[in-house]
Amino acid sequence: MSDESIDETPQTLPLDAWHRARDGRMVPFAGYWMPVQYEGIMAEHLWTRSSAGLFDVSHMGQLLVSGDGVDDALEALLPGDIKGLTEGRMRYSLLLNDSGGILDDLMVTRTRGDLYIVVNGATKYDDIAHMHEHLPEHVTLNHMDEQALLALQGPKAVDALSRLAPGVEKLVFMTAGAFRLGGVSCWISRSGYTGEDGFEISLPASAAETIATLICEQPEVKPVGLGARDSLRLEAGLPLYGHDLDPDTTPISADLGFAIPKRRREEGGYPGADRIAIERAEGPAAKRVGLIVEGRQPVREGAVVLDAEGSEVGRVTSGGFSPSLQQPIAMAYVPAPLAAAGNAVTLQQRGKLFQAKVTAMPFVPHNYVRKGA
Amino acid sequence: MTLYFTKDHEWISVDGDTATVGITDYAQSQLGDVVFVEVPAAGTAVTKGGEAAVVESVKAASDVYAPVSGEVIEGNAALEADPSLVNSAPEGEGWFFKLKLANAAELDGLLDKAGYKAFVDTL
Repeated sequence: MSDESIDETPQTLPLDAWHRARDGRMVPFAGYWMPVQYEGIMAEHLWTRSSAGLFDVSHMGQLLVSGDGVDDALEALLPGDIKGLTEGRMRYSLLLNDSGGILDDLMVTRTRGDLYIVVNGATKYDDIAHMHEHLPEHVTLNHMDEQALLALQGPKAVDALSRLAPGVEKLVFMTAGAFRLGGVSCWISRSGYTGEDGFEISLPASAAETIATLICEQPEVKPVGLGARDSLRLEAGLPLYGHDLDPDTTPISADLGFAIPKRRREEGGYPGADRIAIERAEGPAAKRVGLIVEGRQPVREGAVVLDAEGSEVGRVTSGGFSPSLQQPIAMAYVPAPLAAAGNAVTLQQRGKLFQAKVTAMPFVPHNYVRKGA
Repeated sequence: MTLYFTKDHEWISVDGDTATVGITDYAQSQLGDVVFVEVPAAGTAVTKGGEAAVVESVKAASDVYAPVSGEVIEGNAALEADPSLVNSAPEGEGWFFKLKLANAAELDGLLDKAGYKAFVDTL
């Protein structure tokens, strides 16, 4: 176990002083002081949906995995198609335990010779330990803890960033490459976790303040905190690890079957493949669904899903007020028979009952720039 | 009319035996964007320190406690249609409820404006 996981005092990230200078309200998150908001969650959320927001996500783990046989080694830990990943392309994938439970969700990108992986901040040290334990010796894992990570998200992100790093506008969703930005070498992908078009920028921590300032000087851009990041990803129907995903959920119950491509489904060879194949064929016992909640009161994580007899049959795993839709929305695990869109369910929170309807996600349409678009 | 405050960040404006209750500007700034308010119905008996109302921001749900005991005369119906009044006018149109004081002596332990300001400055 590393010192970091024993020490409960939040650590500071490279942009700590930068956030405080901009009146960011700092809270402990994933072991770090992080800005939850600047001017307000609602305003920052709507600004990101209409213009562009800059998020500091430097708490996330940036890993570089390389060596002979690295593709096979990673395919033994993830259900993703790593072998089929060509240079400059990225995929969403899942780190699984032996029973197919989700240890983390992540992004894998093929760089020139290596695989660049971005994992969640709260799980990064566990992920690293898990990989060290399971990767063969000839595969090296490098934790790039000298790198900061910024996400620029929103329909005008491309206008702002292409002014500073010409060429990024040619990237399409889930592709990446090396660019110069403000004189600094950066690795930039067209990706993110808000449902909007946008970019994620990996850069040396020593340049983070200069580059964040430069990006925020663009008229389209304002800094946006964790609070809006959470409401944006919820509207986009994207699960948050530790809330909507955990070691007791599988890719099938989490409705992330798309992360297991055909070849991997047929060949297996990833942790929990047998169980996942059965769940795929027979259907999972419970499934992650989206809920539109009647009224205005938010129903949040931990609220209970009741069946017609009033028995607890599921749990809300994320919930809040949608700034875009101006109504409460939630994600929950419900028994498979209740999971079809249009089904009515009853929720209970602090003794009060709420009516909700299962709905297809995303709640707010994705706005990705895809190939050929 | 006399204005009192609590360390739970409520204000109480007292006129005779009638009190109007709301949350302070400091409280609304800490909560952030208010998206839902549940106020007690007329006739509800509330007890000093007991739960009286619920206020929810994008971020979190919070209980509002009754600063004094009494019977609710009116909940602010305007908050149902426009909860953001709590942000824009916390110590005015964003009031929560009015009550008939059960025991005026309960006001004695509350803070005045200067006392509340001094308390907030320590936070």
